[in-house]
Amino acid sequence: MPTYLSTYGFHGVHGRALALATGLKTARPDLTVIATGGDGDGFSIGGNHFLHTCRRNPDMTYIVMDNQVYGMTKGQASPTTEPNWEKGKLTPMGTGINPFQPLVIALASGANFIARCSSSDTNGTARILMEAIRHPGFSMVQILSPCVTFRPEQRDWKHLLVPSPKEPTSDPTEAARRLLKDHGLYTGILYVGERPVYQPKLKASVAGVEAFDEEFRL
Amino acid sequence: MYCQSLSIALTGSGGSGVMTTGSLLLEAAAKAGWYGFMSRSAGPQIRGGEAAAVVRLSSEPTESPDDSFDIVLAIDPGSMARFMAEIPLRPDSLVISDAEAGRRGGELPDVPARVLDLPMQELAKSVKGGRPNMIALGAVARMIGLPADSIHAVLGKLLKSKGADILEASWACVQTGFAAAADLPVFDSPAPASEPCIERWSITGNEAAGLGAIRGGIRFVAAYPITPATELLEWLAAALPKVGGVLVQAEDELASINQVIGASFGGTPALTATSGPGFALMSESIGLAVCAEVPAVILDVMRCGPSTGIATKSEQSDLNIALHGLHGDAPHLVVAPTSVTDCVFTTQWAVHLAEALQTAAIILSDQSLGQTRAIVKRPADVSFIAKRRVPEQFEETYYRYAVGDTGVSPMAIPGQAGGQYTADGLEHNQAGAPSSLPEDHYAQLEKRERKIRDFDYGQHWADLEGSGATAVITWGSATGPVREALSRLRENGKNIRLISLRLLAPERPDDMAAALQGVNRLLVVEQSHSRQFHRYLRAAYDLNAQVRVFNRPGPLPFRPGEIMQQLNDWDAEAELLAARNRFCSFNRRNTSRRSSRSGVPVAVILVSSAHSPRPLPACRFSPRKRLLSPALVVLRGCRPT
Repeated sequence: MPTYLSTYGFHGVHGRALALATGLKTARPDLTVIATGGDGDGFSIGGNHFLHTCRRNPDMTYIVMDNQVYGMTKGQASPTTEPNWEKGKLTPMGTGINPFQPLVIALASGANFIARCSSSDTNGTARILMEAIRHPGFSMVQILSPCVTFRPEQRDWKHLLVPSPKEPTSDPTEAARRLLKDHGLYTGILYVGERPVYQPKLKASVAGVEAFDEEFRL
Repeated sequence: MYCQSLSIALTGSGGSGVMTTGSLLLEAAAKAGWYGFMSRSAGPQIRGGEAAAVVRLSSEPTESPDDSFDIVLAIDPGSMARFMAEIPLRPDSLVISDAEAGRRGGELPDVPARVLDLPMQELAKSVKGGRPNMIALGAVARMIGLPADSIHAVLGKLLKSKGADILEASWACVQTGFAAAADLPVFDSPAPASEPCIERWSITGNEAAGLGAIRGGIRFVAAYPITPATELLEWLAAALPKVGGVLVQAEDELASINQVIGASFGGTPALTATSGPGFALMSESIGLAVCAEVPAVILDVMRCGPSTGIATKSEQSDLNIALHGLHGDAPHLVVAPTSVTDCVFTTQWAVHLAEALQTAAIILSDQSLGQTRAIVKRPADVSFIAKRRVPEQFEETYYRYAVGDTGVSPMAIPGQAGGQYTADGLEHNQAGAPSSLPEDHYAQLEKRERKIRDFDYGQHWADLEGSGATAVITWGSATGPVREALSRLRENGKNIRLISLRLLAPERPDDMAAALQGVNRLLVVEQSHSRQFHRYLRAAYDLNAQVRVFNRPGPLPFRPGEIMQQLNDWDAEAELLAARNRFCSFNRRNTSRRSSRSGVPVAVILVSSAHSPRPLPACRFSPRKRLLSPALVVLRGCRPT
């Protein structure tokens, strides 16, 4: 994504975008930091970082372009793929395991802002991203992004997606109830939390490194 | 630094406080003017199990264990069994045991030394809240001529946080132990340092590495706890905020290294510290730092591997993974401190190199350096500081990865207007856009290799000491014992060269050729089972000398006497061979005389080598096969037919 923008970007290794972004934001709180990735990247190989970044709650935005398939490697099942999808060549009988619930897990892990939108709704997505970036703490935005090559049936998403019938809640219990009942196709801002943001103060209290000498001197 | 010294070991079960006792003893002795160090040996449990504090007190700075121990205090006598290999004894060594405690909790094993009894547990019971380790401390203080008052001073400092009651009980126990030792032998203690005015420090290798990192400019650390690097992280966690930095405890080592790369991309010099298992997890992303040209410092405090290995004990066996563990052609820096004090310099230097060269620098410390507390002269201030080449102004188009002359291209820092680029772990062109073109791949590979190959590392690439045609080549914590062995040999009139490599990658062929000039025998000393260092040397350098390898895996440290033995044996064998050669050429010249003899007794050979400076006993035929067989085979060949 940074290649399409006139901004500083970093194309790191698969699965570690959140860790890299956390380091950057922690050391440079003056920057606006956005991490992007796919469903395999964020929830499978990078799943641990996803949990702990939600938990840590740094002030940044995470955009996951979720197409429920590994497209780059030509169509394997991803963590969000349905259990009975039989077109993945590594799982010709389907995965048989339940899909990962990114937004439920984001909420349980402590994400401070949770939204879902669709790549077919560019204006709505832009509006939600603005809100996500503005909101303090870790903002998780799932963008349903059909893979027309390996999951052509996802073309129908644009007919199935519906705006969430309710206003965003700031009550995690209520948000959990909604997300667990959610069929995965409600869009909009779903949860807006108020957890304290992770940001160590980077303020020196000693004049120079000589201050440490005293600790070792006999 | 062959010097007067005393080696003392304290063994006990986990929780018996031997480490505290050892620290107090070292600190008190340091206050009394001695140098020395304390290293730690613990069982695999890290907490619990058996533990030994190993202390050497000396009149000069030293970081090498001695060949054997003078005094052992077996606070829980049974615990000694686990340390028989690690605590070599002489017949005149003294083991202070506690027979009564032994009856209850495990007897002292048979030891090849004198054993005396001191009822440390009983004596401790006479003090309310008393503990046997403090009885031991009082007793050993008296035996080595350390005044009880000097213990009192350090008790207050080290046990301050434990509260007044514990402090009082400890002091009472020390006095009781001191009194009870009246009948125990008194040892000749080393003379206090002759220059007491020199500023001396008490520091561990882990703290020294932390200090070097901060001196070098590190202000961001992300890491995951792992033995034996944890103390380094704990020190940095407290120290970094004081200088406006931060340590983040990450969820795993994959996160640690990537947070470091992210912070560094933002312009903040960053480091992570770990040990073998964590290092292995990081290797993919270290390659990212190399490819994206983001400075990153990775400190590996090595322990016995592979896998979980022996977490609490030292080994130099991560050399291979540090040198070769990255996929693809990924030139990077590998450096290693050569002593506890040098952990300051080498870490600071590594930060400087990583920043100057925009690449990954791996520092190989180990448990033995990291967890040893040494009394040292204050480490010198050095001027190396993180200094990254950053563009001051931008042309129309900024090429982040411009090939340029040195290969180091100015690195824009996020926030600088006009410097927008994408750092990339994908192969890229000069602008940073992903590219699969062969010419871009070649150009960028060459750029990344050239910048570290052509850099001027000055004299810091190795510690070079002494001259002579025999050299010992080593690295890391093995340097301490080698240095002492050579120092002892020098006192015997033998001048042997020391080459201890600080810069392991990139290779320095010209510097090495100069260092090896005139060397015809080279002894490689390393603590790894598969001779990783020797293989590296053979692959990287022309070793135009006879080469022998003295290698051993962890956890047993090298002792100076063993290294001397290697060199002396080599001398003896060489003399024997030289004598044989002289004899053979003599025979060839005097065929008539030779034919008058029916055989050549071995004794003739010995006589012919008697003019050599080595006394005969060293040449005496030892049962070692290597020594005997080549000589005998040739003798038979020389025998008149």
